[in-house]
Amino acid sequence: MLSRTADHLFWMSRYTERAENTARMLDVNYQTALLPQSDAVALAGWQGLLSISELLSTYTQRYGAIQAREVMDFMVKDESNPSSILSCLGAARENARAVRGSLTTEVWETQNQTWLEVKRMLKNGEFERDPAQFFEWVKFRSHLSRGVTVGTMLIDEALHFMRLGTFLERADNTARLVDVKFHAVQSDFFGAASEKDQEYDFYHWSAILRSVSGFEVYRKVYRDVIKPERVGELLILRPDMPRSLHASMNEVVNNLSLVASDASSETLRRAGKLRAELQYGRIDEILATGLHAFLTQFLDRVNDLGAHISREFLVPVSV
Amino acid sequence: MQKFDEMYTSLPYAFFSKGEQVRDHYKTYDAWLARQPGDMMAQRREEAEMIFRRVGITFAVYGEKDEDGAGTERLIPFDLIPRIIPAHEWASMEKGLVQRVTALNRFIHDVYHDQEIIKAGVIPRDQIENNAQFRPEMVGVDVPNQIYSHISGIDIVRAPDANGNGEYYVLEDNLRVPSGVSYMLEDRKMMMRLFPDLFSAHRVAPIAHYPDLLLETLRASSPSTTDEPTVVVLTPGMYNSAYFEHAFLAQQMGVELVEGQDLFVRDNFVYMRTTRGPRRVDVIYRRVDDDFLDPLVFRPTSTLGCAGLLNAYRAGNVAICNAVGTGVADDKSIYPYVPKMIEFYLGEKPILNNVPTYMCRNKDDLAYTLANLKDLVVKEVHGAGGYGMLVGPASTTAEIEDFRKAILANPSGYIAQPTLSLSSCPTFVESGIAPRHIDLRPYVLSGKTVQMVPGGLTRVALKEGSLVVNSSQGGGTKDTWILEI
Repeated sequence: MLSRTADHLFWMSRYTERAENTARMLDVNYQTALLPQSDAVALAGWQGLLSISELLSTYTQRYGAIQAREVMDFMVKDESNPSSILSCLGAARENARAVRGSLTTEVWETQNQTWLEVKRMLKNGEFERDPAQFFEWVKFRSHLSRGVTVGTMLIDEALHFMRLGTFLERADNTARLVDVKFHAVQSDFFGAASEKDQEYDFYHWSAILRSVSGFEVYRKVYRDVIKPERVGELLILRPDMPRSLHASMNEVVNNLSLVASDASSETLRRAGKLRAELQYGRIDEILATGLHAFLTQFLDRVNDLGAHISREFLVPVSV
Repeated sequence: MQKFDEMYTSLPYAFFSKGEQVRDHYKTYDAWLARQPGDMMAQRREEAEMIFRRVGITFAVYGEKDEDGAGTERLIPFDLIPRIIPAHEWASMEKGLVQRVTALNRFIHDVYHDQEIIKAGVIPRDQIENNAQFRPEMVGVDVPNQIYSHISGIDIVRAPDANGNGEYYVLEDNLRVPSGVSYMLEDRKMMMRLFPDLFSAHRVAPIAHYPDLLLETLRASSPSTTDEPTVVVLTPGMYNSAYFEHAFLAQQMGVELVEGQDLFVRDNFVYMRTTRGPRRVDVIYRRVDDDFLDPLVFRPTSTLGCAGLLNAYRAGNVAICNAVGTGVADDKSIYPYVPKMIEFYLGEKPILNNVPTYMCRNKDDLAYTLANLKDLVVKEVHGAGGYGMLVGPASTTAEIEDFRKAILANPSGYIAQPTLSLSSCPTFVESGIAPRHIDLRPYVLSGKTVQMVPGGLTRVALKEGSLVVNSSQGGGTKDTWILEI
């Protein structure tokens, strides 16, 4: 298939996935903000959200002080913010439109309909009326988009590049999410916390889990109270947790090996190496060397992988 | 001016006419329409708009904003009332189209080879060689099957003849990159979705196989001997007004939709850049004008084409559909000669009528034109899209005088035709159902044989009294039915 087509498909999926994860993060912050907590803690939550998205300085330049309402507006409907949900859905749709002939009618119509609907909803103030409902809608449009993709697309390169985009983006987003949340409660990580704090921690951990639809999964897998290192293990190392780093990297490697014509592909080698480290890694080792350092390095390597995919498949150097 | 309506045998306009004045092929439709509750059509129109928007059947308008100030995508206005043509009329039109397009292809081949038609004195040499659309690069170049215009859009109107009976006239031949066929197909899909009961009550000839015929035609033009030639559709990109159609046709044929940047030429062969390396291209269905095809030969600043393409083409290593240089045959200054071409190349009488045309380059015609400007339609020879024309009866004295000056300054740049009373067809507009003028563009495919799907795109001038059907000027479309009755 055309390299340009692959590029559009890859980015279409990445933007769709990014919109979903942004909605998940915002939803969790919005829900946590409803808990009794000090203003400082609530503020830290919103600030963390902006800093993991690397948008803190852009935000403060435009809006000044951090306020829940404005952070949400910035992350949901500010078209000048390329990571806002509106921008992501728009970019996904533009990419889809550029290659609509390579998509099934259902996939294209789903993307187009999402775009038309989100514009209508934001115009009618539906987001302000019920943010939780809006985030839920964004998540479900993403579910629908993935479902209609695997349910209707021919199983060929086009599909593999779309899936590659989805899971590379997911690996990135989950890593960021884990990083910010663990960061917020880091002081409590090694024990010395009051009983009251520990009680609140439960809500923080469960919020992280809920943001990746992992709360019930945690209970089912561990049959245990919520423990930080187990949350970390679930979201980083478990191959059976669909939004974990390990599971996402498994899909990245699978789809890469399907599109790589060359077995010695450098992109594939790097992806495989990263996956192997998750496969044979242990949570106590990761925590011992420092979670933040681990995740920062992981994000760098995901970013590097994206650059390699782009160079090897999407924008081949001219002959 | 006499009037002619497609649906009713006599005017003034009377709807729900209990069948008395309704022409035979519209009787079933008329009876069906009379049975529908009052607001049904308005509801269906809303439904259609919603579906078109969701499906994304839009055309881009440069430099315009929609009500949100965001997009530049417009829906093409679609009218709910079909235009019906009885099968026997179509059968003779089809014969006429095959004849006309065959002759036009022979003409283009001749122009770029032996120029027999010039030698025989049928068409003056300067009419052809001084035409801006004549491409010297094509002289002596052989193309597969000697076909140049693989896809031809022939614009046909209906108007009363001397006895007041409807007669078809060819208004214009479009042999470069005729567009609109996707609307023909989508209009039919929409009609079947909105009014399934109408289709069970009528025997409407199907048209959905057009993409198959198109692919067959394109493959037949491949210069390579492989069984599976690689066909691509070349688009200027997603901001082109006809992008939907380019993507649609590529998808329906199952071929790649490429932009200039996806192609490159090496050793006079054309390749596309794929995720698995370069892949050879055999046939390019280009939706890019000649001028933009190859920066080395035509416009040097163009990024829409591919450097070296014309050399690969001249070397016979790739087919370009339509061929380069077809514009020499669809120019308004060549149009008056088409009936003579048919006689010259085929030795047959033309089946389809031309509109009588005065060529202002001839002294007598110029005098006649200038004396009758208020009754004539005057067109710039190189104009297109409904621009650069004067509709005498609908123009002010000042407009007429401006045109008079322009014609006098450059007589050979203009032709004039009598103002035809284009047929009208009931159309569902804001005020209800009212007559609006229409034309018809069948799409004729020339490969190993000349073939087409029954019907074409009916365009309708939605403005009351307007004769201009182009979508850029407020035109809409209708589903076109070829009906067995």
